[in-house]
Amino acid sequence: MDQGFKRRLIAAMGEAIIAHAEELTALDSAIGDGDHGLNMKRGFEAVLADADNISAKPLPDALKAIGMTLVMKVGGASGPLYGTLAMGLGKALPAAPSVAEAAAALGRAIEDVKSRGKSEAGQKTMLDVLVPVQAAFAAGGAGLATRLPAVAAEAADATVPMKAIRGRASFLGERSIGHMDPGARSSSLLVQAICRVFNEA
Amino acid sequence: MGEQKNVGIVIVSHSAKVAEGAADMVRQMVGDSVPLAAVGGNADGGLGTDVGAIMGAIDKAWSESGVAILVDLGGAETNSEMAVEMMPEDRRERIVICNAPLVEGAVMAATEASGGSSLDAVRATAEELMGG
Repeated sequence: MDQGFKRRLIAAMGEAIIAHAEELTALDSAIGDGDHGLNMKRGFEAVLADADNISAKPLPDALKAIGMTLVMKVGGASGPLYGTLAMGLGKALPAAPSVAEAAAALGRAIEDVKSRGKSEAGQKTMLDVLVPVQAAFAAGGAGLATRLPAVAAEAADATVPMKAIRGRASFLGERSIGHMDPGARSSSLLVQAICRVFNEA
Repeated sequence: MGEQKNVGIVIVSHSAKVAEGAADMVRQMVGDSVPLAAVGGNADGGLGTDVGAIMGAIDKAWSESGVAILVDLGGAETNSEMAVEMMPEDRRERIVICNAPLVEGAVMAATEASGGSSLDAVRATAEELMGG
């Protein structure tokens, strides 16, 4: 993966999060503490500011650097969670992964996120997007970069009727039902941003 | 010199004011006999927690006997766990995050620590508050 491509991936992720920061904050205000958009924006602004340096690194190191930046800058639980995802990918990915290797690495990184958040799919979190996206990714086939954004969007929608079990939203109990999980939404946005860059390649 | 041997206490809140207030309550109880650090707020000064600041607080309250961390809500715990993992390996096993209410846990843990108790005893005292 060349530097320009990594640079475009970073830009696409950062721009998606920044453009949707208010939406993420509104989702989080409904069922949480209302800081998800701002926190993610702060984290990705820091990643964008360091994009030239990060994209010059080999893919695994670039992902570790992104993860570390998110951990240090986000300031909410989403920092360690997304940071763990990126660092986990950096740890599991070879420098030039095949599709199968990338899907397997994402699977391992998702396991890291589960232990960090002490959570599983079905609890109205980012995992409810990441797990089905990884499953579709691992199943492979043609047109992945076109299909995965749809899988992610549908999975985020599917968090609306769920009751939150983890995170601040769980304090609301039944009242968390009827709102999309902000972490599921931000995960879906990132999947869409990444796939768009692969589609344009 | 004896003071350095007492277990240190770190208070991690989403709010700098809560962290500072809890630290005041701890000092009222134990004075300077226990290494103590309190952090609250994100890097922008808003409500939240900051991994780098938590690591700094662990350093500030460091004791060879270990450090007990008291946290408030979810992100404070997740960010504290992250901070602990990023500490040097030989220190990590001497840092615990207590499953206890922040203010009461900090005061109880510090009181236990001021008597020279071990890290396990300090944690157990704080966690008794949870009915454990």
